[in-house]
Amino acid sequence: MNALLGRKLGMSRLFNAKGAAIAVTLLEAGPNVVVQIKKKDKEGYDAVQLGFGKKSEKSTNKPLAGHFKRAGQKPFAHLREVRLDSVEGIEVGQQVGVDLFVVGEKVDVVSISKGLGFQGVVRRYHFAGGPKTHGQSDRLRAPGSVGASSYPSRTFKGTRMAGRMGGDTTTIKNLLVVMVDHESQIIAVRGAVPGKKNTYVRIRKK
Amino acid sequence: MNLVDKFEEKYLKEQKVNFAPGDTIAVHQTIEEGDKTRIQVFQGVVIGKRGSGTGATFTVRKMTAGIAVEKIYPVHSPNIAKIERIREGKVHRAKLNYLRQRAGKSARIDEKRRDQKER
Repeated sequence: MNALLGRKLGMSRLFNAKGAAIAVTLLEAGPNVVVQIKKKDKEGYDAVQLGFGKKSEKSTNKPLAGHFKRAGQKPFAHLREVRLDSVEGIEVGQQVGVDLFVVGEKVDVVSISKGLGFQGVVRRYHFAGGPKTHGQSDRLRAPGSVGASSYPSRTFKGTRMAGRMGGDTTTIKNLLVVMVDHESQIIAVRGAVPGKKNTYVRIRKK
Repeated sequence: MNLVDKFEEKYLKEQKVNFAPGDTIAVHQTIEEGDKTRIQVFQGVVIGKRGSGTGATFTVRKMTAGIAVEKIYPVHSPNIAKIERIREGKVHRAKLNYLRQRAGKSARIDEKRRDQKER
């Protein structure tokens, strides 16, 4: 297994062996349960499907309910496939927890960043805006020119403009695992992780 | 209680904070120098406390040779070996930032008087 599903709990700070305070993000990363195993001869590749988080049976639709029933599991809120080189020795229903990670290891964390709604170019792309004074009106946070005139007579694709910001799938690479708590299935990684509290995250081993 | 607080509890020092703003305290800090460790004592007036959980800190102010020095310590730092309470001060504020504008006589803090019974 090389990845786990989890949930962001929030940030805190811990002291390391030297007594220095370090900012950490706490992630609840288990227990994950193997719901399905995909094999090379059947699906064409080796992978396992992991489930994490509670979900009521009422809010599970019938096709998914059947999928969980087949695995002999209660419904999970999140399902995700993890590609593996070999699925040997892994069984459906097997639990995977934070024991996967060790302190001092580097991990990648994938999650969805905070949705910030419709934002202007100053906030979204760090444009400088216009001058505040010297006879200016309505220019303070304006985007400025978006292109030339009769040639090319159009605005180029990808020109940075105002629009929806945040809510993107974001990967933060090489976060240091500072602490692993087996009892409560919590791991602490150094620094920040995208998204709000309770955001669903994926933690990948390097 | 939320999970973050619950988690932090394990990392807090068992001893409760036994000083308040206005008190004069001596902070015994362990300092590592190469392979040796020694204890450095910083004595001064507590001018404020902030935060909760593992992020809580306090500020100590001291005059050294006419120059004011302020140090901010994390309450739950493992490098703080001991905190001695030397004098209890009588103050009306939680943050004593006004001391920064004062020097000499006006920067004094009255000692808290306790009646006989309490002693």
